[in-house]
Amino acid sequence: MTRLIVTSIGPASSVQDGGRHGAQRYGLTPSGAMDRLALAAANTLLGNAPFAAAVEIGPFGAAFSAREGAVRVALSGAARSADIAGQPVAFDSSMTIPDGETLTLGFAKGGAFSYLAIEGGIGGEPMFGSLAVNARAGLGSPYQRPLQAGDELPAKAASGAPERRIELPQAAAGPIRVVFGPQHDEFADEAKQLFLDSEWKISPTSDRMGYRLEGPVIKHLHGHNIVSDGTVDGSIQVPGNGAPIVLMPDRGTTGGYPKIATVISADLGRLAQTTAGTGFRFKAIAMAEAQAEVKTFAQLLRSLPDRLRGIDSVELNIEALHDANVAGHAVSAVDADTWHPPA
Amino acid sequence: MEATFHPPRLLPSGDSAITVEFSQHIDDAANQRVLALDRAMTATPIAGVTETVPTYRSLLVHYDPCQINFEALCEKLLAMAKLPAPPNAKTRHWRVPVAYGGENGIDLEDVAKTLHTTPDEIVARHVAGDYRVAMIGFTPGWSYLSGLEKFLHMPRRQNPRILTPPGTVSIGGVQTGIQCLAGPSGWHLIGRTPMRTYHLHRKPIFLLEPGDRITFFAIDEKSFAEQDQAAERGDLVGELMAS
Repeated sequence: MTRLIVTSIGPASSVQDGGRHGAQRYGLTPSGAMDRLALAAANTLLGNAPFAAAVEIGPFGAAFSAREGAVRVALSGAARSADIAGQPVAFDSSMTIPDGETLTLGFAKGGAFSYLAIEGGIGGEPMFGSLAVNARAGLGSPYQRPLQAGDELPAKAASGAPERRIELPQAAAGPIRVVFGPQHDEFADEAKQLFLDSEWKISPTSDRMGYRLEGPVIKHLHGHNIVSDGTVDGSIQVPGNGAPIVLMPDRGTTGGYPKIATVISADLGRLAQTTAGTGFRFKAIAMAEAQAEVKTFAQLLRSLPDRLRGIDSVELNIEALHDANVAGHAVSAVDADTWHPPA
Repeated sequence: MEATFHPPRLLPSGDSAITVEFSQHIDDAANQRVLALDRAMTATPIAGVTETVPTYRSLLVHYDPCQINFEALCEKLLAMAKLPAPPNAKTRHWRVPVAYGGENGIDLEDVAKTLHTTPDEIVARHVAGDYRVAMIGFTPGWSYLSGLEKFLHMPRRQNPRILTPPGTVSIGGVQTGIQCLAGPSGWHLIGRTPMRTYHLHRKPIFLLEPGDRITFFAIDEKSFAEQDQAAERGDLVGELMAS
């Protein structure tokens, strides 16, 4: 049977998908990909459903070999060096690993997680509608734990479809946007201002449960114990030591520390890709703006199939030009009046 | 009843969830209202709501903002919280076996000392209690129970333990609880139950529901070992009473 062998892999690498939803009331956390846009891009390159299961690869290198048939895969997310049998291959594109050959990936550059999708998805037994690994709860398929060298991922034989690349918009820069609440009234105005005015760094002790932040101490008004209540991906809880933790997809479903703010869903993937030691800031936005951003993000996800290109096509990226404000002012070669941008 | 109605606070939890808060304290009346709103939302689903998570004092409502926006959902939730709760079809009552003390409850002696009494009295008082599943959270099947008598209230440990055994029954603050999986805990471990509140290869996978009534009864170590094996195979241990 055709399969992809994990020939080498680092920590923090596991099978992830859109997560399992509906059982948080029993304490079962959703899990799922840290960067959903990257997961969807990798899957779209192969014609898979956007949130089909793929391999989430942590910051270290990895290698995958095709056995008993060629395997077609796609890469997205944090860039890294990549080659098949010594021939460099590009990120944000699909590729076919010939039978017996190996795709070798270097360390992540400028991000933390990359996604390797397999044509037809990963063969496994869904539990609560998901293959995502939740080691503590004994869930995940084909393995109920992070991947290790020697693991085998069942795959379909490569279809031979033409390879594709996908044109993703430039990753947004700027602060990570948050909505205050649910417990922002547990903090004085000065503490909230300090939270917004400070530069933060992700601690190297961070993981899929939570990103610990390094920066100033955020003090509580009434102590750090609240009666436990529900959490979401992006909840920013502040424990007793005043060092905020952003809860990520493997979070506990409830928590007993005040939550000063919540990262908007459109910016969660960008935060997940922020590497330890890189400085960043938060910016508070209004609920109406946050909800508009959800819709923009959903639109971006829906647009992914339209962003596919032939692997050899070098089309003019009109959107990028527009974003750079270059294409905004058309200039006619014969009409000198158009040679200067409008005032 | 209408005259005493205090509307819940609606707190944003990001762009896709609302915390409907009935109290800031552990409060039985608030928990009843949380569970009532949860039942009401099951009986009359609101389009766009994807999942609800009841806790002691609030109901976390997950929703899809592409289907319903924050203001519209707040309005619907407030209206629903005002209505009389749909009757609770039938409260389920579980009798939960517990091996108290010894290896199964390493803190029982210390709890007795702190409360100036004997381990036997702690056990007698704990099994005499009538509890309700106030919420399930943190890790799969971790069931937080309300109804612990005042005498047994104990502040949580200064130093939480990194690893506590599966099935641990413990006391933390004004609560008692049943944890299913091994994991960290800052509570006082008084016993262990062979009952699995979460078991992947059993139907139902999750045994307890928020709102279920719980009482405990003591079993010895030998009986614990037997029932533990049976429970691991997927047998139901503990007794479900009609009530």
